[in-house]
Amino acid sequence: MLIIRLNLFEGIKLKISMETPLTETEVRELNVSDIVYLTGTILTARDKASARILELIKKGKDVPINLTNSVLFHAGPIVKKNEEFELLVIGPTTSARMNKYQPDILKLGVRAIIGKGGMDSNTLKAMRKYGSVYLAATGGCAVILGQKVKRIKKVYWLDLGIPDAIWELEVKDFGPLVVAMDSHGHSLYDDIKVEAEKLLASLF
Amino acid sequence: MAIESGVISNTIFELVKKAVIELPEDVVQALRHAYQKEAHPIAKENLRVILENIQLAKQLSKPICQDTGIPIIFAKLGKKIQVDGNLFDAIAQGIKKATNDNILRPNIVEVLTRKNTGTNTGNQIPIIDIELSNEDYLELTFMPKGGGSENMSAFKMLTPAEGPDGVKKFVLETVINAGGKPCPPTIVGVGLGGTADYSLKLAKKALLRPIGQRNADQNLAKLEESLLKLINETGIGPMGLGGNTTSLDVFIEVADTHVAGLPAAICFLCWAARKATARIYVDNKVKFI
Repeated sequence: MLIIRLNLFEGIKLKISMETPLTETEVRELNVSDIVYLTGTILTARDKASARILELIKKGKDVPINLTNSVLFHAGPIVKKNEEFELLVIGPTTSARMNKYQPDILKLGVRAIIGKGGMDSNTLKAMRKYGSVYLAATGGCAVILGQKVKRIKKVYWLDLGIPDAIWELEVKDFGPLVVAMDSHGHSLYDDIKVEAEKLLASLF
Repeated sequence: MAIESGVISNTIFELVKKAVIELPEDVVQALRHAYQKEAHPIAKENLRVILENIQLAKQLSKPICQDTGIPIIFAKLGKKIQVDGNLFDAIAQGIKKATNDNILRPNIVEVLTRKNTGTNTGNQIPIIDIELSNEDYLELTFMPKGGGSENMSAFKMLTPAEGPDGVKKFVLETVINAGGKPCPPTIVGVGLGGTADYSLKLAKKALLRPIGQRNADQNLAKLEESLLKLINETGIGPMGLGGNTTSLDVFIEVADTHVAGLPAAICFLCWAARKATARIYVDNKVKFI
């Protein structure tokens, strides 16, 4: 894990390069506002894939992907089908839709979730318990993030539709990703909401 | 003379391509301005990435965002305009071609079975809004509406007693509740009056206005300005990660309403506020705006 600190952002680790698979120890070293770049393998999983993973596990069946120390990306790409799939662009989707599934999925050893917009308090608690972080990618920046995907390694569950299939991606310097929820119980979204609600209460 | 369906399909295809690849200049300027003004380090970093992404999308001719939305078309039908064939089918044809060419991600599913139609068309999709106009052309605006921002839409029947302050409170509560989910810095559309459904339509149509253009009514213009200031004081910031840039603009559209009610609706556009417009004339000539 390579950490570059700049004086400009006192207290914030500006660029942390990390390689997958991530370990619990290194993930627990991250704090909110740190900025991370990932190299290695990430797996996309949206609503339908999350539901199917949990359904298979509940039935005692095998899941075709290894989730131990993995990174899940809430995203659905635009792809082109030639002989093989070519990824055109990819960016984060709204993570809150996956709130329902996330604690049970984190239990399986997922070390980081990449998404946008943040997740709920149950997910935050699960991140503390199992050692995981929420990494916020810049929503809408699908060209930049797409450029950092080197190739599609494999696709699972295409029957769910292109956005909802699980795409196993090889990435290099994938980021910037802001640690927005850490394994110490901190959430940038919660802090910001508290302040915003104070403003609301002072006005009305 | 009538406008040919093929011309409509081709125009829609070109509008889709333009809209998803290139942001309107007023939006790009507003984002640049926000980047220069922003003091919060994470907010500035997010805005930097956003601006770089806009430039790269244009350079590589790729969609800015992977969520190329639900297709919405705002049509203005001139008084002498006739269409040779079915307008819905002609528009749908252009959308299908854009999906086939990987310009649009297949986003449209059956509402309860969640089965993807694979074409971005389907039961009543694309959504087409038709207004009648006195002009001598058919104007088509394509708006690919992203799911993240659309999911944060809100509607409330306020009481007349709640008045303008009630509207302000409702807008601010909605923005705070949405947080980073609609991909801020957003554009906020507010629709007031009419009926429940009509206020939502007004809120959506408010998003068609270019950034910086105030409502012609002075009181509403002031309300827009004061709402924008308040929204940016919430500290939600780009992507909800903190900062001074939560919205780029607020647009209010109104209609008169029933004496007993004050329907209020809110729609968001994400920072990737995509839209493109063209006019088709009776002689089938097309002008992109």
